[in-house]
Amino acid sequence: METKGNLGTGNKIGAIAVIGGGISGIQASLDAANSGFKVFLIESNTSIGGVMAQLDKTFPTNDCSTCMISPKLIEVAKHPNIEIISYADVLDISGPPGNFSVKIKKKARYVDENKCVGCGICASKCPKKVPDAFNRGLGKRKAIYVSFPQAVPLIYTIDKENCIYFKNGRCRACEKFCENNAIDFAQQDEIIEIGAGTIILAPGFETFDASIRGEYGYGRYPNVITSIEYERILSAGGPSQGHIQRPSDSQVPKRIAWIQCVGSRDASMGRGYCSYVCCMYAIKQAVISKEHDREIDTCIFYIDIRAQGKGFDRYFERARSESGVRFVRSMISRVVENPISHNLEINYIDESGEIRTEEFDMVILSVGLSPNQAFQDLARKLEVELNQFGFCESRGLELVSTSRPGFFVCGVFQSPKDIPETVLQGSSAAAEAMGFLADVRGTMVAEEVYPEERDVRGEEPRIGVFVCHCGINIAGVVDVKAVSEFAKTLSHVVFADNYLFACSTDTQEEMKKIIKEHKLNRVVVASCSPRTHEPLFQDTLREAGLNKYLFEMANIRDQNSWVHANEKENATEKAKDLVRMSVARAALLEPLHEVPFNVVQKGLVVGGGLAGLTAALTLAEQGYETYLIERSADLGGNARTLYYTEEGARPSEYLKDLVQKVKDNRFIRVYTNAEVIDCSGHVGRFTSTISVNGKKEEISYGVAIVATGGEEYKPKEYLYGENNKVLTQRELEERLASCDEGLKNIKDLVMIQCVGSRDDEHPYCSRVCCTEAVKNALKLKELNPKVNIYVLYRDIRTFGFKEFYYKKARENGVRFIRYEADKKPQVREVDGILQIVVYDPNLRSDIELKADILTLSAAIRPHSDSKSLATVFKLPCDQDGFFLEAHLKLRPLDFTNAGFFLCGLAHGPKFADESVAQAKGAASRACTILSKAQMYVGGAVAQVDGSRCVACLTCVRTCPYNVPRLDEEEGVIYIDTAACQGCGNCATACPRGAVVVAHNTDEQFLAKITALY
Amino acid sequence: MEDFQPKIEAFVCTYCTYTAADMAGSQRLQYPSTVRVVKYLCTGKVEIVHILKAFEAGADAVFVGG
Repeated sequence: METKGNLGTGNKIGAIAVIGGGISGIQASLDAANSGFKVFLIESNTSIGGVMAQLDKTFPTNDCSTCMISPKLIEVAKHPNIEIISYADVLDISGPPGNFSVKIKKKARYVDENKCVGCGICASKCPKKVPDAFNRGLGKRKAIYVSFPQAVPLIYTIDKENCIYFKNGRCRACEKFCENNAIDFAQQDEIIEIGAGTIILAPGFETFDASIRGEYGYGRYPNVITSIEYERILSAGGPSQGHIQRPSDSQVPKRIAWIQCVGSRDASMGRGYCSYVCCMYAIKQAVISKEHDREIDTCIFYIDIRAQGKGFDRYFERARSESGVRFVRSMISRVVENPISHNLEINYIDESGEIRTEEFDMVILSVGLSPNQAFQDLARKLEVELNQFGFCESRGLELVSTSRPGFFVCGVFQSPKDIPETVLQGSSAAAEAMGFLADVRGTMVAEEVYPEERDVRGEEPRIGVFVCHCGINIAGVVDVKAVSEFAKTLSHVVFADNYLFACSTDTQEEMKKIIKEHKLNRVVVASCSPRTHEPLFQDTLREAGLNKYLFEMANIRDQNSWVHANEKENATEKAKDLVRMSVARAALLEPLHEVPFNVVQKGLVVGGGLAGLTAALTLAEQGYETYLIERSADLGGNARTLYYTEEGARPSEYLKDLVQKVKDNRFIRVYTNAEVIDCSGHVGRFTSTISVNGKKEEISYGVAIVATGGEEYKPKEYLYGENNKVLTQRELEERLASCDEGLKNIKDLVMIQCVGSRDDEHPYCSRVCCTEAVKNALKLKELNPKVNIYVLYRDIRTFGFKEFYYKKARENGVRFIRYEADKKPQVREVDGILQIVVYDPNLRSDIELKADILTLSAAIRPHSDSKSLATVFKLPCDQDGFFLEAHLKLRPLDFTNAGFFLCGLAHGPKFADESVAQAKGAASRACTILSKAQMYVGGAVAQVDGSRCVACLTCVRTCPYNVPRLDEEEGVIYIDTAACQGCGNCATACPRGAVVVAHNTDEQFLAKITALY
Repeated sequence: MEDFQPKIEAFVCTYCTYTAADMAGSQRLQYPSTVRVVKYLCTGKVEIVHILKAFEAGADAVFVGG
């Protein structure tokens, strides 16, 4: 038995075990590893990436899922502080918090992890084809496989069940062809133990087994498929290369239907919860289908459209009005197949009440999310409390805390959720896991020490060219020997040779020797893609004492041998051209130095509400001094009047405790009646003037977290402000919390949803109002069981487990009446009585209601002060005035401006527990900077030649990151090297040619282009 | 002209089109070997002179993908 990771100081171990390598586990791992902790990332599959790696595009941006997740996978793969333990199951975890021992079974791959370089020759030679689980059985893979081409780790695995040798004792083709001798049929499962201070559970989910709902014919009718299967069909990396085909005859389906809530909101299946993502993914799939082929008719059958996330409602509206996706509000009871055409018939009741029958070519079942079943027994063994469905129970408002101390949870295993929520919970769980281990930060991480760099300035270029066979991936098409011989004829080349695998450990050692022996001062590797392998080779250069910018790669595999497999001679000639181009550029490469500066290891949090307080306390618990700035006289914000949640938590009491903790914490300095006036500097080193009670003060900090909150819309409609019986939900909550006597005697209460939300002026959903209405209705029923409550709504968006409370409200007699956007309720006061007239689309007539109290579910707006802060920090806002994150999917907590993070209502409408999770997540992101005593700036970034700059401000307008600023004293532009992302837009736009991007100079590009043919 | 195979020079963004070109490789999608790719960090950096020089060097067409 091998034991690792027990070298921490004292009793606590500065390492974190993350169980599950989906996007939440990946985010948690990266945050912790970038903040000074060793991370063991344990994944039961052969590679990390989880379900996100299987998705085609993602809503609401239609970004390619693989393109987004690949860089994260690569970052994990090359991170010195993350150890991926893949194809491994956790057996048990023992010991006290801070010093857990994790027992893991590493399943035999029958491939030596240290020898396999992922070239794939074994799979190309393997004669056995089996259904491909990654493609949900829609395509085939070999018995030796990687789950997808971008898999991390890129190590092949033999599927013992299907391997011909394991079954019949004959074959061993993979072994014969593996040029690295990586196949090991004698490999056994291995039990290892690792030490970790805290545990993050991120085992993820699986989709509902649609065959249980037999009436839809899944598994019997070939053209009834699940939504996740359709993701694979849409994916360019899927079984049909992204061409939409239906399974029965591989024809393009012209009529596609989606059936929502298959395995969700279905108490008869014991699955009463809403799966959160299905409405949006169905809309996305319909929109993408239309993009593939405008002629495809798409129709979504739904109960409520749940588009509660940021940007979702706009996406939904666009799908309806611009893409022409049809939406039919109808529960579908069965699907009938025409056995000859394999077309499918659906009966439904349309909006006019008529029963219709419609035929479709393909039906997609929007299957719900279930917690990872394989993890259920382990969770029970680990005494981690699960809810009735097997999702992990959270503790009150702290979504990432579990019942077991030292164990934290994130992602869908906590509750059904979409990718941004999953990512931010990953960060949030990392913050908790790190907070517990703050005093042993940095004790388990290895910092690589490189030899001093050789100064090559003034030397003639001496270029070495290393040509890779990549097994037969390149050498099977390209004559690599001819390429390396050709390289020797190029000017400045003093060494050239070819290697079986340029990336293998032995070749790397060889390369270092050759660099020294031949006094190379530039290196060209002709192999695969710099996207995946450049960092590896650059690291080798550094180990050989060369600056990493003296490296250039020629992509002769992905963009040559693989795509010209039938043109061997031409491919060889192209490889020579690519090498010549790279050599030409390499001769002009210059060493670049990134200069260190000392990080101000202090945080600034702007906004003293629930999110801001949580963020400040989280930073302080990690050991970083934090300034907390609150504009008003008191801390607390909106949560002061949040008295209870539907689940029984008490935010206002939680808040009181939180305020006390913040006030008592010696690392936090609270400023009330304060605001930020200006900001200068860059990530790791900012300076601001703040005004406190009118007095000015200067502070320095390394990161800033924006938590400026939001406010309730004050309605201008429905007699609000004119009639004192018209309240907002918050005002009703206040009265309910104080058990207002007046409420005990009322007979009728009407609630109107979407007041100030989802309209032309504010086309977004405020997310919380449906649940708030349900919560207040239930509370009022408790107080006054005889009261009649009518909720006038458009779609009920009680997502996740909030669905129970909606169901409970219905069971308790609360009446829900739908209204349509273009037929809003009419409110009048007649003889002192409120009268509400609403058109009921089911009855197709007006209904008149009387109300003793009318409650308006008023929208959430960004705080009116957020605009001025956006100007001070130069931060972007979205169309609705909320702050805009760097990426809606994978960077929900970061701004594009490095060093700035966001959380709470400032980001968009959300629940109190979500604000807490987001605030912890933002603090976790901030720790990746604050944990560093020094940061490096410079390298391949823009530099301004002051003598040529005329301050025309073209670059200021062009820069997507708002980096160039006018230095008013000098009258020229200043580009902060720490903030510059090196894209080069400014350099191209500059009419005077005053901006140069290092490592991307015109000379370097022209050398390459001139050497084209 | 039937056998004419234009030499196409592709100036591409590292984040999107270069990644797509790599993906074409992992899926073994075949295209003419007369295509050459030059990677830019962002195609915002493509200068007019780069395009003209490519023609001067013998390219029949220049493709900018970003």
